[in-house]
Amino acid sequence: MAETVTINRHNYQITDAIMERQLLDWLREDLDLTGTKNGCNIGVCGACTILVDGAPRRACKLLLKDVTGKDVITIEGLTPADGSLHPVQQAFVDAGAIQCGFCTPGMVLTAYALLKKCPQPTPADIRQAIKGNLCRCTGYQQIIDAVMLAADRMTKQKR
Amino acid sequence: MKYAWRNDAFAKVTGRARYADDIKMPGLCHAVPVYADAVHARLLRIDPEAAGKSPGVLGVFTAADIPGTVKFGQIIRDCPTLAGDKIRCHGDVIALVVAETRAQAMVAGDLVKCEIEDLPALTDPEQALAPDAILIHAELGTNLVNEHSVRRGDVSAGETASEYIIAAEVTTSRIEHSYLEPEAAVALVRPDGVVEIHGSMQHPFSTRRFVASTLGLPLAQVEVTGTPMGGGFGGKDDTAALVCARAALCAWLLKRPVKITYTREWSMRESYKRHPYRMRYRMGLDAEGRIRFVYVDMLADGGAYCSVSPWVTWRSTVQCCGAYEVPNVHCDVRAVYTNNVFCGAMRGFGSPQVNFAIEQLIEIAGQKAGLDEITIRRRNMLQQDSVTVTGQQLSGHTVSLRQVMDRVLAEIDYVNKRQNCSFGDPEAEEWYGIGFAISYRGMSLGAEGTDFNSAIISIQPDGSVILETGIHENGQGSESAMILLAAEHLGIDKNRIVYRRSSTSTIPDGGTTVASRGTLMGGGAVVDACHIIQDKIGAIIRRKLAVDPAHLLFREGFIYDEASARRLCSFNEAIGWCYQMQEYPYAFGVFKAPQVSWDEHTGQGNAYFTWVYGCQAVELKVVPKTGQVVLLNMVAAHDIGNAVNPAMLSGQFYGGMAMGTGYALFEEFRHQDGKGISSNFHNYRIPRATDLPPMTAIIVENPDPLSPSGAKGIGEPTNELMAPAIANALYRATGKRYLKQPIQPDRRGAFPQRPKENLSTPELGDGSLPESDSTDRIKED
Ligand code: FES
Ligand code: FES
Repeated sequence: MAETVTINRHNYQITDAIMERQLLDWLREDLDLTGTKNGCNIGVCGACTILVDGAPRRACKLLLKDVTGKDVITIEGLTPADGSLHPVQQAFVDAGAIQCGFCTPGMVLTAYALLKKCPQPTPADIRQAIKGNLCRCTGYQQIIDAVMLAADRMTKQKR
Repeated sequence: MKYAWRNDAFAKVTGRARYADDIKMPGLCHAVPVYADAVHARLLRIDPEAAGKSPGVLGVFTAADIPGTVKFGQIIRDCPTLAGDKIRCHGDVIALVVAETRAQAMVAGDLVKCEIEDLPALTDPEQALAPDAILIHAELGTNLVNEHSVRRGDVSAGETASEYIIAAEVTTSRIEHSYLEPEAAVALVRPDGVVEIHGSMQHPFSTRRFVASTLGLPLAQVEVTGTPMGGGFGGKDDTAALVCARAALCAWLLKRPVKITYTREWSMRESYKRHPYRMRYRMGLDAEGRIRFVYVDMLADGGAYCSVSPWVTWRSTVQCCGAYEVPNVHCDVRAVYTNNVFCGAMRGFGSPQVNFAIEQLIEIAGQKAGLDEITIRRRNMLQQDSVTVTGQQLSGHTVSLRQVMDRVLAEIDYVNKRQNCSFGDPEAEEWYGIGFAISYRGMSLGAEGTDFNSAIISIQPDGSVILETGIHENGQGSESAMILLAAEHLGIDKNRIVYRRSSTSTIPDGGTTVASRGTLMGGGAVVDACHIIQDKIGAIIRRKLAVDPAHLLFREGFIYDEASARRLCSFNEAIGWCYQMQEYPYAFGVFKAPQVSWDEHTGQGNAYFTWVYGCQAVELKVVPKTGQVVLLNMVAAHDIGNAVNPAMLSGQFYGGMAMGTGYALFEEFRHQDGKGISSNFHNYRIPRATDLPPMTAIIVENPDPLSPSGAKGIGEPTNELMAPAIANALYRATGKRYLKQPIQPDRRGAFPQRPKENLSTPELGDGSLPESDSTDRIKED
């Protein structure tokens, strides 16, 4: 019996045959959603971070059966339909938070989830939130700047 | 706030950027490497049969299938694309299994059996040159990869002139680059017979040489294109090129496109590392605290293959005395073969090791002479027109060492905060320390090799611009820097310039994007190309408008007569006239590095044509109960010449400081008898956001007359001095010197408390070296 998973607002049928597939591999290979990266494949680096029902999760540690009936957002699903950037993405661009970019999709989603929960975080809150996302290029400084900038802009937008 | 800009930001932040493993194409099959569980062994037989019968398998290939040359190397051709008769380290690949899917290839990879005869392994570099040492490469007749030396002045005269002499042994660890993206490559054979490579590698031209050699093809028959790269830091040269060569081999043999994507475990097992060093230093100061001599002997573990060990260790000799004037120097460095994982280029390239030593020794020596850490540096540091240890006079650019140091000390409020240092105070709940380090660094390749680069600017009839250079985007933002330079010199909006990621078939070999030479060399070529375009446009304007301005000014899309400030035409008009008058607005620009010189015998010469100067400082605290280090604040200043893209530049500062922090405190590729224990990020720790403090980047700009863009490099300078700065701060927190990196501070009680020092009234230390290094002496005793 097939079950359903929602990926970036599209529904997919998950047959029994693929229930045991790794979510990361399936996203990248079958759906060509290659924005979700594989940096370690053991759940340590955070490059594969996606949102499952709004919470950051590691796609390399999940099987398809773990997400049936759930709502999954990958980096490709964060961008509004008009092709503009989500404020968190725009802040990453503006703050210079992107170098090689390999950690970026996971970082952005982690930051997005943080700001949902905690719209005005301190730098220390941000460090805690992203500590599971490794970045070898930036020293995290401009990533933290980016999240602060996004928080600022998003709060102003709401007002 | 001025917002950052880079040309690839949108693609990366939306997840659309296609890295090597993201590439898909019809008929793509997948290869995986096969290793033998040996460190040093004779490889007697490989049995591919069971693997060959496994579902989906298309081929199992070994060294015997290589049509070209099995071994390759940038300096010594000692590194096999696939191991043939011998295994020399745990990372050697003995076979490749190709299958329709990656999962099938993985399953089959485990089925490849081999017969080996273990040989005794050499894993201690100190034993490598013993007369009875086993030879890693018998045909070379020695385990010595290379040696370099510097001889300047007379060390024994320097010793006689010294009042205070210290000696110390300093060691550094083998570390892993830890680029977030493991190696990956896609290879295919085109209908025209050209082998096309798309891979995550930082040097397409070196990759092309590896591939052409492996397949026995002329260079022109291999086309290598870089993909967006998930980090390199010097680490995606040899190993990444080998991965490309293996993908190419499989594609060549099967006539199908082949992808190889490394797992983190394979990457850590096989990829080269930063060289661990053992350094024995002796340093003498006269009564005034001036350095009279430095004697140093260094040993670098090169591992199983040469890679670029001769170049890495060369830089260590040139910079062996740090940023100080030393009249008498005797320096020897040797790199040796062992059966350990091999070592090669890594951001810093032979300088992080020597800086870790010298930037602590200068303080230890200063303390003996009764001088605090600021005074001893000021007394000895290189200044305008100083002569370096290799006899090079530092002129023709601004020697800004004093300037960068003063900026950092002021920013971090060093002198005031210095008074709060704990020096292991037994009463204290927490130990506070502050420290800094300074460095100078030779830019680009120096006497390592020929150094030139090119850029192509092609302006389209509508005034939009295509730009390419021989510099490779490693993630650092080099493409953006090139675009900004071209926009500035052509006086047009940056958004009209499209950077074309060049392939080895579209632009000449510009050397590898290493040595922080991207902006300097590529930027130099871009500026040259802009000048050529300006001259062409100038000639057209003179003909068209019958005017003869002495100088043209290109600004904001218009062209002016500089003297009268009269607007002559728009940039687009001028381009239109070019096409009308049969003049292509196209230019091939070149930048050739100014001449350097080197005498290998004496180790004397003008090693680099220009230098950068830097200082980094850190505040930290140590929890005495646990030895835990908490970083509080970091500040860096570097003289970059000209800041082309300030936000990206600051990013280089922060990234380098973070990497230097990992080096100081916890990074070490652990291995046992040549077999890696560190295998992934759970047992190889790199800094996390919570390990790091807020950082401040101070950009100092003294434009360099020898650089057409005025800019120098920044990637490496930022990563060569945070470790000694942290070591110095830890000394002032704990009262103990740590000469072995990575540093794990002792807990309270593990060592005696040291007297508290003051900046203004420093006490004469009794030498702060650990017991084992107690060869130091004070002559007057
Ligand atoms: S790839 Fe999933 S956490 Fe690293
Ligand atoms: S930008 Fe390269 S790993 Fe974060």
